[in-house]
Amino acid sequence: MALRIVVCIKQVPDTTEVRMDPVKGTLIREGVVSIVNPFDSYAVEEGVRLKEKHGGTCTVVTMGPPQAEQALRDCISVGADEAYLVSDRAFAGSDTWATSLTLAAAIRKIGFDLIICGKQAIDGDTAQVGPGIAVHLDLPQATYARKIREVGEKSMIIERLLEEGVETMEMPLPGLITVVKEINEPRLPSLKGKMRAKKYELKKLTAADLDLQPGKLGLDGSPTRVMKIFAPPPRAGGEVFKGEADQCADKLVAVLAKNGVV
Amino acid sequence: MPKLKIISDKCGGCGQCVDACPYDGIEIAGTLAKFKDSCNWCGTCKDACPFEAIVVEEDKAPAAAGLDAYKGVWVFGEQRDGHIQRVVLELVGEGRKLADARKEPLCVLVLGDKMEGACKKLLADYPVDKVYYVEAPELAVFEAEVYGKICADLIRAKKPEIMLAGATCAGRSFLSRVAVEVHTGLTADCTGLAINPEGLLMQTRPAFGGNIMATILCPNHRPQMSTVRPRVMKPPAAGTGRGGTLEKVAPDKARLLSRSKILDFAAEIEETVNIAEADIIVSGGRGLGGPENFKLVEDLAKALGGAVGSSRAAVDAGWKPYSHQVGQTGKTVCPKLYVACGISGAVQHLVGMQSSDTIVAINRDPDAPIFKVATYGIVGDLKEVLPILTRKILERKGK
Repeated sequence: MALRIVVCIKQVPDTTEVRMDPVKGTLIREGVVSIVNPFDSYAVEEGVRLKEKHGGTCTVVTMGPPQAEQALRDCISVGADEAYLVSDRAFAGSDTWATSLTLAAAIRKIGFDLIICGKQAIDGDTAQVGPGIAVHLDLPQATYARKIREVGEKSMIIERLLEEGVETMEMPLPGLITVVKEINEPRLPSLKGKMRAKKYELKKLTAADLDLQPGKLGLDGSPTRVMKIFAPPPRAGGEVFKGEADQCADKLVAVLAKNGVV
Repeated sequence: MPKLKIISDKCGGCGQCVDACPYDGIEIAGTLAKFKDSCNWCGTCKDACPFEAIVVEEDKAPAAAGLDAYKGVWVFGEQRDGHIQRVVLELVGEGRKLADARKEPLCVLVLGDKMEGACKKLLADYPVDKVYYVEAPELAVFEAEVYGKICADLIRAKKPEIMLAGATCAGRSFLSRVAVEVHTGLTADCTGLAINPEGLLMQTRPAFGGNIMATILCPNHRPQMSTVRPRVMKPPAAGTGRGGTLEKVAPDKARLLSRSKILDFAAEIEETVNIAEADIIVSGGRGLGGPENFKLVEDLAKALGGAVGSSRAAVDAGWKPYSHQVGQTGKTVCPKLYVACGISGAVQHLVGMQSSDTIVAINRDPDAPIFKVATYGIVGDLKEVLPILTRKILERKGK
């Protein structure tokens, strides 16, 4: 059984570095590096592992500006076979609706048995694109996958990490899963992988390749609009107690009680 | 297609738009600003421009017809084992305000089996005008595909103007399917909702790990849909029922078929695991020194009646399962009280907990960054401080 696995990735700014200037209300982007969304690197690792175990191919795909090429090369260096950059000015301003439509069209063109996405991206934090792709392609889904227990000819058994425990689900193939960090530990790129990533010729898809109506792409195809962005109220450091543990604990319990916290 | 335009006569080439852009989507080419491929049309540059050289082009898309047919605020009545979840009450509280602002009814949509009693109780106790209850054995346990189809069918039939669900595993898994199916917008993990003067739902949410807030609108599609972060909105007081009605809806049998099959659910044995929905969380980090000291954290959590969280370092070291991890690659939490024990406060951790109401940090290092976000802090040895604190909390509760 050879699985055609497609992994969706996103290049994101290392968001822990993104801050707003609270006075000017603008973004401080200085020195912010771009990385493969951390949850997506678990998705790539899982795709590569499944391919290694069951045979088949692992293809990564991203929708983004031309510079997202680097993120795709990073995935090639850790074992992905092929990489597609879905890039076009017409995709600009896409919300999760338009993004999932565009990615679904690209994935349909690539061909697939299993689609793997990260749980969510760390910049947008929506967790909406994976399930969105599943609906556009009329697929079943298993979100928050923490383990793939079995892969059969027609279905797979997946453990899902939920709020209060673990659900085991049998999902038919083709299907889509989104993964959490617990599923694996991503490998580091090998020297051979790095060489291949350097030389690899990326495959590119534009709006014209995807047979989508212009009105459904980018900002025009996005039901949501960002009205404004602003800095959250700053959080100032508060009262710190030092000295004898016993006295510190007394003071802490007293202030917490006073504020009705305990 | 461009939605922003640069008026070259006005542009001073000052580059303030470049600094303001969150997407690296504009540059100064020669002496004038120019949009790059990465522009997302968000309009931040427009506000930053001191010359008013960036203007919005008219949105050519006409307002979609028939929007007025959509009325009322709906809340997804998430249930587990037949129990309506607390986040539903939080959304009833918030949804009531929105419904009142729109002068429309507030409805709760419950999908389940043998839940008529729970629905009636909801109506009796809380300010809900109507409960739509879809009953079928297939709906007893949540499954995203089936729940998505049934919910989409009801939205098409009843046309609510606003639809809210908790940003839980279930809410986030199925509402994104519904949004695509009924072709409308969905805003994830909102922490603020309000109605603007035009009557549209303003959905405010953290992005970039909580470092930035964004307000999102869904102007031309209905319903306007949001998932809302648990523990942010306040549930209404019980005893505020207003004699609302129960309407049972018969589901289309064909839509109840799921391609997936749920085989098993293993509840995590510790009751302290549900950090996403806890009022109080006590978390431990590398500063504990070893897995054996996590007991001190667990004891304090138990004394406070809270859940146990963990930093990434402690999870990666194998001291605590991943389901407890708070932070960028774990869970985002916002309890009333967050106690960080031996957690230095790397940004990756802070983005997962910095919106908690009250933050207490206990750490040996007075310069640990966690103290910068902490409401209260204790500098000291955890092995000494935690048992004392636990004892004092228990003493206080014993009174």
